[in-house]
Amino acid sequence: MTLLTVERIKLFSTRSPWWCMIIATALTVGLTSVFAATTKPSDLPEFTPSVTQFAFNFGLVVMMVMATLAVTTEYRFSTIRSTFLAVPTRTPALVAKAVVVALLAGIVGEITAVGSWGIATLIQPDAPLTLDTAQEYRNVFGVGLLYLLSAVLALAVGLIVRQSAGAVVIELIYLLLLENLLPAIPRIGDHLQHWLPFAVGNNFIVAGQPETSDGPPVIEGMPFGPWGSLVYYAVVCVGLFVIGLILAKRRDA
Amino acid sequence: MIEAQGLTKRYGRTVAVNDLSFTVQPGKVTGFLGPNGAGKSTTMRMILGLDRPSAGTVRIDGRRYAELKQPLRQVGALLEAKWVHPNRSARSHLRWMAASNRLPAKRVDEVLEIVGLTGVAGKRAGGFSLGMAQRLGIATALLGDPGVLLFDEPVNGLDPEGILWIRRFMHRLADEGRTVFVSSHLLSEMALTAQELIVIGRGRLIAQTSTRAFIDMASESAVRVRGPEMERLHGVLTGQGLAVRDVPAGDDGPAALLVPNTSTEQIGELVGRVGLVLHELAAQRGSLEQAFIQLTGGEVEYHAGALAGAGNGSPSAGTPAAPAQLTGPPARGVQTAAADATRGGDAR
Repeated sequence: MTLLTVERIKLFSTRSPWWCMIIATALTVGLTSVFAATTKPSDLPEFTPSVTQFAFNFGLVVMMVMATLAVTTEYRFSTIRSTFLAVPTRTPALVAKAVVVALLAGIVGEITAVGSWGIATLIQPDAPLTLDTAQEYRNVFGVGLLYLLSAVLALAVGLIVRQSAGAVVIELIYLLLLENLLPAIPRIGDHLQHWLPFAVGNNFIVAGQPETSDGPPVIEGMPFGPWGSLVYYAVVCVGLFVIGLILAKRRDA
Repeated sequence: MIEAQGLTKRYGRTVAVNDLSFTVQPGKVTGFLGPNGAGKSTTMRMILGLDRPSAGTVRIDGRRYAELKQPLRQVGALLEAKWVHPNRSARSHLRWMAASNRLPAKRVDEVLEIVGLTGVAGKRAGGFSLGMAQRLGIATALLGDPGVLLFDEPVNGLDPEGILWIRRFMHRLADEGRTVFVSSHLLSEMALTAQELIVIGRGRLIAQTSTRAFIDMASESAVRVRGPEMERLHGVLTGQGLAVRDVPAGDDGPAALLVPNTSTEQIGELVGRVGLVLHELAAQRGSLEQAFIQLTGGEVEYHAGALAGAGNGSPSAGTPAAPAQLTGPPARGVQTAAADATRGGDAR
């Protein structure tokens, strides 16, 4: 509990987490409101809760950057050494950091998701935006869980790479390029895509719904249902974080 | 008390710290002296459990750092003043450090008061001058009111007032019965600060001695004499029971004799009585720096230009030579170190 307090003080006593939270929220909610305002009346029947979340990846990337910086700036300014002097067993301090950062990312994720959906219902009250099915609840409230797990993943990359620019570049290249390029490999590409972490993570939100032109991509034939996909994604994120913990414990600070 | 036993740290093929054993006693300021790159900071990081030793152990009051519960209450360290997030205020920095070891929040204000930073506690640490950052580092070390304190080059870059403040401060901490371990590459500074010295070079222990003994040895004086009839001169001096050493011609001038533990008056009268002509009669006094260079001559990691070639003398030749020169006349310090190193080079 004390270590959670420590990490909370650390996170909120600098300005960059605040900026990341504001940008993540403004970006997703802003883009959704522009989208909602410009939707043609003829397209309204297709304006579903799932479509209101089309921009969630923008906020997700920003919160992953925040999570990465939460650990890499400690290495950059050597405060990680002060941290390890205070908690020489190292692991509890890093776990506490992951808990605080992931919870914060999860809360921001829920705010952006509910905010995007809420502003869409305000702008287009006639669109079919009420949440009825489990599918539609996942479409909106599932986003926060994805933020939470992605923050753990980003923190793990930061812990392994220990360098801000390097870690962020690796995450962006993987997220924006590799996950899109790997499926293009002939014959094995499609099969590969079914096991890529972010594709599976997204499947938690969109599984089982038909793909629409405006909504997030839906991949056919995924190996898991929605909750199975979430568990798979969680295992990948936590697994990477455990590797980061082992390295942090073994390496010289 | 800090006890190191066979402490060794290797980075690939480079040996930064080599089989280092020493003890640091409470109630005294112990200086950790060595040239740049001798392994002082690496040793301090190993004491604090930040770096993992390749071999050997180091214990603080009988336990490894990682075994300490709430270590800030037992050990305080200032390794580098800039271990602070530049956009975080001094108070926030101390607040999270205090929280991590369940120290009361009011302790933060106490240590800020002790180091005189109360007025700037809310300012971002990135805007601090070096002196202020150093004080913040000391405040961090004092947070848990620890019995063991480590400072790595605490006076580096400080103005005279700051140096004096830190020196007095460390004496006070030691007088309170704490263990104070301070590293420096400046012997003159250590002479004023430390009561005990641990001297290392190239990661090896060179000496563990009291500062007084070290300075007495270093500031031994000698007289340099030279004349046209060197052999008669030599005979007259040794006839009086004086130890005489031949100095070959070198950068200092032509060949001369060096007589330790005597005065120019004594030698002048002695030589005048037998009617010998003198061309030179001069007192020479060893400086602390010369003694230091003499001690660590073969152990310096990075030699300056003039000694660069000589500095590559193999350590096996340099190491046994260095302690042996402890009793030699200190005035020859610089040349001796260079000459020995050259010999080491020739041997290869």
